[in-house]
Amino acid sequence: MTVHEITFTLNGMAQSGMVQSHTTLLTFLREGLGLTGTKNGCATGECGACVVLMNGEPVNSCLVLAVEIDGAEIVTVEGLAQDGQLEPLQQAFIDHTGTQCGYCTPGVLISARALLNRNPSPSEDEIKDALRGNLCRCTGYKRIIEAVKMAAEKEG
Amino acid sequence: MSASTDIAKNPAVLAMPSPGLPKFDYVRARAPGEVSALLAEHGDRARLFMGGTDLFVQMRDGVIAPKIVIDLKTMPGMTDIAFDARSGLRIGAAASMNAIAAHPAVKDHYPLLVEAIETVAAYPLRTRATMGGNLCNGSPAADTAPAALVLEAQCVVMGSEGEWTIPANEFFLHVRKTAMRPGEFLTRIDIPIPPEGWAGRYVKLGRNAGGDLAIVGAAVMGYPDKSAGSGYRFRIALASVAPTPIRVPAAEVLLAAQPISEGLLDEAAQLAEAAAKPIDDLRGTARYRKAMVRNLTRRALDDVWQQLQKER
Repeated sequence: MTVHEITFTLNGMAQSGMVQSHTTLLTFLREGLGLTGTKNGCATGECGACVVLMNGEPVNSCLVLAVEIDGAEIVTVEGLAQDGQLEPLQQAFIDHTGTQCGYCTPGVLISARALLNRNPSPSEDEIKDALRGNLCRCTGYKRIIEAVKMAAEKEG
Repeated sequence: MSASTDIAKNPAVLAMPSPGLPKFDYVRARAPGEVSALLAEHGDRARLFMGGTDLFVQMRDGVIAPKIVIDLKTMPGMTDIAFDARSGLRIGAAASMNAIAAHPAVKDHYPLLVEAIETVAAYPLRTRATMGGNLCNGSPAADTAPAALVLEAQCVVMGSEGEWTIPANEFFLHVRKTAMRPGEFLTRIDIPIPPEGWAGRYVKLGRNAGGDLAIVGAAVMGYPDKSAGSGYRFRIALASVAPTPIRVPAAEVLLAAQPISEGLLDEAAQLAEAAAKPIDDLRGTARYRKAMVRNLTRRALDDVWQQLQKER
C-alpha cells in the first residue's frame, strides 16, 4: 500500500508525517497524532462528532483522507484555546451548560466557530442550520443554541 | 504536540489497521490523460472521487472495495466556478457545494441552485460534497439533479476522444447509471442563462429537517413567454420518485397551453403524480410518495406562479 509524506499546519504549528492512502483524517488525528478531542461517531458524515476546520471550513474528518490535508491548515478542538485561555465559544458552553456528556461538543464547537467566522451575528435559525449536522443526544440543543448566541454577542 | 511528528512516523502507527476504510492506493490526478490510462489499466478496481462523501461511505459499508482511488479535484480547473453574462455558468465538476452556493454570481443568477444545494445534508458535509459527484452517482434522490434538469444544464464529459457534452435530461439512465461510458469522467457542469423574468423553487420532503435524503424533491421553474398559449412556460423535475431524476413534460405542455388558473395548477400537479414511478423504501411507501409528489409540485408551482405575478 502506498505511503505518502504530507506537510500541513495543525493548530497553528507546521507538521509533517507519513500516512497510508486509506487512513482517514479522523484516524490520523486520533491514533497517529494522539489528538483525541475529535470524536468518532457514525463514521459516515452524519453525526458531526468528527468535524474539524480544513482551510478555515468545517469538514467531517471521517470522510477526508489524511493524504488530502497535504498543504492544508487544520484546526481541531485542541486548537481553539489560545495561551491557556478558552475561546469565547468554549467559555459560553461552560457558562450556559451547552454540554452534558460532551461527546458531541468538540464537533459542535468547531461547526459553531466556522459559523461565527463567516457570520459574526447569526440569527437563531442560522445557528440551527449551521449545527444541523451535529447531533447531540443529551442537551436537547436549546442550551447549545443559547451558548452560541452568547458567544456571538460577546465577540460582536 | 511537538512529539506528534515522531508519532506519525512511527512504523507501529503506520502498520495500525485503520478502522472503517479498507486498504487502497490513493492517486492524485494531474491530467486527464493520466486518469484515462489508470482507468484503462485498472478497470473496475479503480474508482474516481472528488468530495468522497458518497464513495467513502460506500466503501466503509463494504458495498464496494476499489484497490485504487483516483482524486480528480487536484486536476487544473476542476474546482473553478466562472460566470459569463452571455454563456452562463461553468461549474468545475469538483467545485464544492458550499463554494457554488456562496458564489456571488450563483446567488444572483441561479438562486434555485443555491436553494437545492442547501437542502443537502449539512454545511460541513457540503464543504466536501460536489455537485459533479451528486450527478455522477446517479442517485434518483440527488438534490441538485432536479435543479440541473429544469435549468437545462449540460454535463461536460472527458473521454478518450476528448470532451463531449451530455444534456442533463439525457445524463441519468438508471439507478447509479449515467450516460458516461467506461473510462469517462465529468469535468464541468455548464448552465445556460435562464430565460428573462424566470422564477424557481425547490421543495424537498425528508424524514426530518436536518438534511436527510429526499423522500420526494420537486423543482419548478417558470418564465414569461409570449409564444406560449398561457403566456408562460414551466419546467418541472422530480427527485426520488423514479429510477432516475425526471422531468414532467406532460405537465409542462399543459401549463404552456392554457391560461394559468388554480385548477390548471392542480391538474399539472396530478400529471406530475402520474409521471412518478416510486418504490417503497425505508423513507416512505410508493403510495405516500405519489401523494407527496402532487402536494410538493403543487406547492412549488404555486410559489413560482406567485413570484412570476409579482414580477409583472
